[in-house]
Amino acid sequence: MNIVVLVKQVPDSGAERSLAGDGNTVDRTGGTNVINEMDEYAIEEALRLKDETGGQVTLLTVGPDHALESVRKALSMGPDAAVHVSDEAIAGSDALGTAKVLAAALGTLEYDLILSGAESTDGGVQVMPHMLAELLDIAALTGARKLTADGDGFLVERQTEDGYEVVRASGKAIVSVWDTINTPRYPSLKGIMAAKRKPVTAVTLAELGVPAGEVGAAGAATTVLSAEPRPVRGAGQRVEDTGDGGEKLVEYLAAEKFV
Amino acid sequence: MAEVFVVVDAQGDTVRKVTLEMLTMARALGEPSAIVLGAPGTAAPLVETLGQYGAQKVYTAEHADLADYLVAGKAEVLAGLVAEKSPAAVLLSSGQEGKEIAGRLAVKLGNGLLTDVSGLEADGTATQNVFAGSWIVKSQVTKGIPLVTVRPNSLTPEAAAATPEQVAVEVAVSDKAKKVAVVERVAEQKGSRPELTEASIVVSGGRGVGSSENFALVEELADLLGGAVGASRAATDAGFYPHKFQVGQTGSTVSPQLYIALGISGAIQHRAGMQTAKTIVAVNKDDEAPIFELADFGVVGDLFKVVPQAVEGIKQRR
Ligand SMILES: Cc1cc2nc3c(=O)[nH]c(=O)nc-3n(C[C@H](O)[C@H](O)[C@H](O)COP(=O)(O)OP(=O)(O)OC[C@H]3O[C@@H](n4cnc5c(N)ncnc54)[C@H](O)[C@@H]3O)c2cc1C
Ligand SMILES: Nc1ncnc2c1ncn2[C@@H]1O[C@H](COP(=O)(O)O)[C@@H](O)[C@H]1O
Repeated sequence: MNIVVLVKQVPDSGAERSLAGDGNTVDRTGGTNVINEMDEYAIEEALRLKDETGGQVTLLTVGPDHALESVRKALSMGPDAAVHVSDEAIAGSDALGTAKVLAAALGTLEYDLILSGAESTDGGVQVMPHMLAELLDIAALTGARKLTADGDGFLVERQTEDGYEVVRASGKAIVSVWDTINTPRYPSLKGIMAAKRKPVTAVTLAELGVPAGEVGAAGAATTVLSAEPRPVRGAGQRVEDTGDGGEKLVEYLAAEKFV
Repeated sequence: MAEVFVVVDAQGDTVRKVTLEMLTMARALGEPSAIVLGAPGTAAPLVETLGQYGAQKVYTAEHADLADYLVAGKAEVLAGLVAEKSPAAVLLSSGQEGKEIAGRLAVKLGNGLLTDVSGLEADGTATQNVFAGSWIVKSQVTKGIPLVTVRPNSLTPEAAAATPEQVAVEVAVSDKAKKVAVVERVAEQKGSRPELTEASIVVSGGRGVGSSENFALVEELADLLGGAVGASRAATDAGFYPHKFQVGQTGSTVSPQLYIALGISGAIQHRAGMQTAKTIVAVNKDDEAPIFELADFGVVGDLFKVVPQAVEGIKQRR
């Protein structure tokens, strides 16, 4: 089975994150960029399926030049190759713009399955898999906590607001995974060495035939008017428990009318 | 006045609170029309409540295909309705399904999409919380109409009684939109606690709670306050509490009136899911735990001493 895994470089969610000087886009220049955490679970799932069925695992990313670093790191987990779409005209794309670029790139690749993270920690919009399914006219099975290749299709178990459900699609599909699906492997030293020699194909918008005006800040269908950091929450009252901490807590809750 | 579409999010016979918030929010832009998408019989028990919160119309798009196949069909019906009625805006809830329908609708209409919106002005300017609520952004859709998903607990729903006109929508789901079939749907016991994302009080436990048995203490406090129970990732990973109750970056985002963190250090990824809570209370034995940096009220102490005492104290006050 040939699998394409979508990986996105994001600012490390464990560090302070910021918007760029234009106030409009995520600041991606800071030193701490990583592969979106959920995407590692997608890679792990791809490698597991490859172990079962054979085939190729290819990473696909749309992002600036420095996304390459994160892609190399992801390759050290075991995928075979990567495709990196990078073009200045893509900067400032909204979800719709990114979806168009990803869909065009996917159109040039051979795959039976596309895997992605369920959401990215910078955008966190959870819409990419469905946008792609709509553009590519394939099935979308999202938020998988369990994935099984099932004859000519895929079976997914996903958590819902009311419990869980099992869903199935025949043919090609995009499956997005939640972080409950597996435990991603750590790259081995051998994997890290091998990653340096794995093919990474750089692709431009022109090569994909996507008009520059349809993507990037120019093509965006949304715009940011203003952005400001949430006012810092001042630390409030703090008491040391000297035997009456629970009482003090109740007094506070009562004063705030919660009890 | 222009129609504003509110796509109804309900759980069985109950309209979710976020839908009432959307009906309230929609009134700034025009006349709210509620849209019910689902199997035959879905709308009937919801109409009265929708009317109480100002729905002038209720479109009922009912067909077994909308329940038997995942969201593509709902997006298809909605796109048709948008084309026919030209609403001034479309509001969906920021849950999984709401976002998925919205994503598809954005592609179908070539329309911009704004997610996790907590406020909407008459001119379509939306307030969004990005980076897990650490930035507040005002944005607008520049292509098409305001298409937004609304974060639960963004505002207090205001009643505005109306007797909605019910309009049946003809549904014919195309084969294209029947790619993902539901094989099995398992409802887990809901219990009597409010839903995590909608609760106005959330009591969460972390690694400090120590075991799944000890979570009974977290539950006891939550039940006394009429709140929901949450957990940190350390607690769900350790199996103390089911994953679906995880609060944080890779769990639920909650925005309650009161959030109580018990034995939670307050890692940035946990804060991501709760820092927009109105009031934050923490109990932690480490006086340097970062959770105290944002707590309105903190008790430095052993939760196994503090919480039982608080539980007794609350009972006595009743
Ligand atoms: C990409 C990514 C995503 C993540 N997403 C999430 C997420 O969605 N949600 C989330 O919660 N975390 C998330 N995390 C994990 C996060 O970084 C922390 O590891 C986690 O929140 C820690 O949970 P905790 O506070 O319960 O545990 P700890 O950090 O171990 O803290 C336990 C606390 O309990 C206190 N304690 C112990 N015993 C007692 C006692 N008897 N009485 C009082 N206090 C006591 C200790 O002093 C300590 O402060 C994520 C991490 C990454 C890298
Ligand atoms: N620029 C991108 N390049 C590659 N994959 C992406 C990109 N943006 C989003 N994705 C994929 O889509 C998933 C969901 O992203 P999002 O819809 O942004 O929350 C991510 O986990 C990635 O797998």
